[in-house]
Amino acid sequence: MKDLLKSYQSDGFFDEVFLPSGEVRPAYRSFINDLLGTRTDELKAKQQAAEKTYLARGITFNVYSEGEGVERTMPFDLLPRIISADEWSVIDRGLVQRVRALDAFLDDVYGKKRIIKDKIVPRDIIESSSGYLKACDGVHPPKNRWVNISGIDLIRHSDGRYYVLEDNCRVPSGVSYVLENREIMKRVFPRVFDRTHVRPVNDYPLRLLEMLEFLADVDKPNVVVLTPGIYNSAYFEHSFLAQQMGVELVEGKDLVIDNGFCCMRTTRGLKRVDVIYRRVDDECLDPLVFRPDSLLGVPGLFDVYRKGRVVLANAPGTGVADDKVICSFVPDIIKYYLDEEPVLPNVPTYLCARPKDRAYIIENIAQMVVKESCQSGGYGMLMGPASTKEEREAFIGKINKDPRNYIAQPVMALSRVPTLVGEGLKGRHVDLRPFVLFGKDPQVLTGGLTRVALRQGSLVVNSSQGGGSKDTWVLSSTDGSVDHA
Amino acid sequence: MLSRAAESIYWMNRYIERAENYARFMDVNLSLIIDLPKNLTEQWQPLVRITGDDALFESLYDAYSRETVVEFLTFNRNNPNSIMSCLIQARENARTVREIISSEMWHQINELFLSVKDTTMIEHGNLSDLYRDIKNGAHLFNGIMDSTLMHNESYHFANLGRLIERADKTARIIDMKYFYLLPRVEDVGTAIDFLQWSALLKSTSAYEVYRKKYGRMDFRNILELLIFDREFPRAIHFSLLEADRSLHAISGSPVGAFGNAAEKEMGKTIARLSFNDIHDVVKYGLHEYLDDFQVRLNCLGEGIFHSFFNQRQ
Repeated sequence: MKDLLKSYQSDGFFDEVFLPSGEVRPAYRSFINDLLGTRTDELKAKQQAAEKTYLARGITFNVYSEGEGVERTMPFDLLPRIISADEWSVIDRGLVQRVRALDAFLDDVYGKKRIIKDKIVPRDIIESSSGYLKACDGVHPPKNRWVNISGIDLIRHSDGRYYVLEDNCRVPSGVSYVLENREIMKRVFPRVFDRTHVRPVNDYPLRLLEMLEFLADVDKPNVVVLTPGIYNSAYFEHSFLAQQMGVELVEGKDLVIDNGFCCMRTTRGLKRVDVIYRRVDDECLDPLVFRPDSLLGVPGLFDVYRKGRVVLANAPGTGVADDKVICSFVPDIIKYYLDEEPVLPNVPTYLCARPKDRAYIIENIAQMVVKESCQSGGYGMLMGPASTKEEREAFIGKINKDPRNYIAQPVMALSRVPTLVGEGLKGRHVDLRPFVLFGKDPQVLTGGLTRVALRQGSLVVNSSQGGGSKDTWVLSSTDGSVDHA
Repeated sequence: MLSRAAESIYWMNRYIERAENYARFMDVNLSLIIDLPKNLTEQWQPLVRITGDDALFESLYDAYSRETVVEFLTFNRNNPNSIMSCLIQARENARTVREIISSEMWHQINELFLSVKDTTMIEHGNLSDLYRDIKNGAHLFNGIMDSTLMHNESYHFANLGRLIERADKTARIIDMKYFYLLPRVEDVGTAIDFLQWSALLKSTSAYEVYRKKYGRMDFRNILELLIFDREFPRAIHFSLLEADRSLHAISGSPVGAFGNAAEKEMGKTIARLSFNDIHDVVKYGLHEYLDDFQVRLNCLGEGIFHSFFNQRQ
C-alpha cells in the first residue's frame, strides 16, 4: 500500500485523511498505519470479498425507471471515513438543535401558526409547499412529536466546516447500509477495530423500537413497519429493520380498519396495530384523504390516526419541513423557537421565488446546482458545471414557469476521501447522512451513511445516480487510540 | 402471523420442493434414455406430460426432443414451472418474508438462485452436475430451515407447502408410467419395462428403499411403497400424514377432527389413503386413481387458501 499512498494526490481539495502538508490527520493515523502493512492485492481481494457478500446477502436496492426487479448492490468502498470525537460533538449538537427546531416548526405550522403571524416564514411559502398537507391542520400527533426519524445531509466544504445540504424529514433511507457496512468492515479489518475505539452503530434498531414504543400510549404496543412492497427501492431496508426490531413487516393490503381501529390480517383473524413505522409516502397513506389511485395505503387510516388510535411515524405532513425552500429558513426557525444560534450553517441557498435571487441564478446557472424543492434522491436537479446549454435552457424555462418549486446553491467543493478506483487510490467526493431519532429527546446515531461519488470529479453521491458508500467511524476520542490506563 | 406472510412461506417451500423434484426427475430420465436400446424411439413427451404443461410446451416448440424438453423444464422462464421459474418464485416469496425466515434461509435461497441464474449450458455432463447442485441446494435449504427457524406457525406453513408439493409430485411421477409407451404388449416384464420402473423409483429417491424392503421388482409393491407407505418420506401417504400434523399444529385442533375447510379436505384425503390398498388402485385404474387424487389435492389447496390466507372478514 505504501506506493499507492505515496502517489496519492489531494488536488487542492479538502482531504479527510491528509493535511495540506501531506501528514495524516490524527483521526486516521491508527488506520493508515495498519493499511501500510497491507499489500495492495490483499486489499483488492478484501474489496472483492466485501462486494460478493453484499450480493449473496441480497443487500440490494431497486432502481426506479428500470422496470420491475432490477436489483443492484450499492458499490462499497473499503476505506472508511473517520470522524474524531471533537468534530462529532459539534455535529451531534447541531443535529439535535436542528431536529428540535424542525419539530417545533411542524407543531406550529399545523397548530397555532405563530411563525407565520410573526412574519418569519411567509404563509404562501408554507402553504404552497407540496409537502404541506391541509388535512393535518389541527392534528396532534402522539406526544406531539412529528419528526421521529430524520436523516440530515451534511457536506464538508473547503473551509473544513460542515454545512447542511438538505433535511430529510419524510421517509429517509440508508440506515441499513450504516449497519451492514459496519458488519462487513468488522470482518475485513478485525484487528483495526481492536486498536481503534470506534463507537458502535448496532444499537440503532433497539433505539428505534424504544422510540416507536414510547410514542404509543398502551402497554406492549404492537409495532409494525409498513412497506410499499418488494419493488420499492428501499425494500431491503424495510425488511432489515423489521427483522432487527423483531416486528411484522406489513403492506397496505395487510391492514384494514375495523371498528375504528387499524388491524392486520393474520392467520387467526384480525389483530390491532398500535404503531406504524411507515415507509410509504404521505400521499399514498390513505386513498380516502390523499391520492385516490394509490393502492399502497389503507382506506380510512388517516381518520384513525387523527383520532389518536394509531401512531404513524413519521407523522403525515412532515414534508413541509424538508422542502428545500423552507430549508433556507431553518437558521431563522432555530432562532425563533430555540433562541439559539445555529450550530451547523446551511449551504447558501437562492430562492427562485425571490425576483432578485432568480435573476442571479439565471445569470450564473452554469456555476450553480439547481434543485426542485420537493424532490430527493438526486432526481430533478441540474449540475450547472456539468450541464449542456440545452439542459440549462430547459431548466431556466422550468424556473420561470414555476419559480416557487426551484432553488439554487453554489457548487460546494465537497471534501474527498481516498477511494479504491481501478488500480489506484484516488480522491473522491463524499457527503454524510447522519440519522436522528426523536421520541422523548433527540438521539443521533453515532455514525452515518457516507456516500461517495465514484466517478472522477463528480459531486453527485446518490445511489440512484451511481454513488457508492463507505463505512463511517465516529471515534470515542480525538485520535481513537485505545486508552490503556 | 400475517396471512400474506403465511402464504409466502407456504409458496416459497412449494417452489423449492418443486425445483428439487424436477431436478431429480430430469437427472434420472436423462440417464434412463441413454440406457434404453438404441432402436427405440426416444420418449421425451412423457416428461412434459406429467407436468401438465404440454399445451404450453407445444405453443413454444415444434417437437419433443432432448434439447427442447431440457430447455423447457429447466431454463425457460416462460414456463412458470421450469426449475428456473420455481427458483425465481421461491426467491421472490422469500424476499417478502425476509424478516420472518432466518437470514441463513434467505442466504441459501439467494445463493441457489444466483448459482443457477446464469447457467444455460445444455450439455449433458454439465447438466447432471447442475441438477445435482439444485437437489443439494434444496436439501440444504430444508436442513437450514429445520435447524434455524422456530418450529412455530411459520415453520408449519413451510412444512405444509413442502409436503403437499411432494405428494403432488410423487403422484405425477408415478403417472409417468401411464404415459411411457411400451413398444409391444409382450414387453411387460422385460428389460425395458424393468428400466422404466427403476427410473420411476429413482425419480422419487425410492430405488434403494424398495430394494431393501421388497427385493424383486413387482409393480404392485412399487405402487404400495410410493402411494401407501407410512414411513417412506416421499410416499404420498407419509407426506400427507406429516402435512396434516402441521395443519393441526397451526389451528391447535386435534388430529382426526376438523375445525376448518383445510382440515376437512385433508382428513378426507388421508382417510382414503389409510383404508385403500393396491387392490383398490388396480380396480379403479392407476391413472384414474391418481387423477382423482389430484382433484382432492386441489380442493385441499383451496381449503388452505380460504382458512388462512384469505379469510372472509
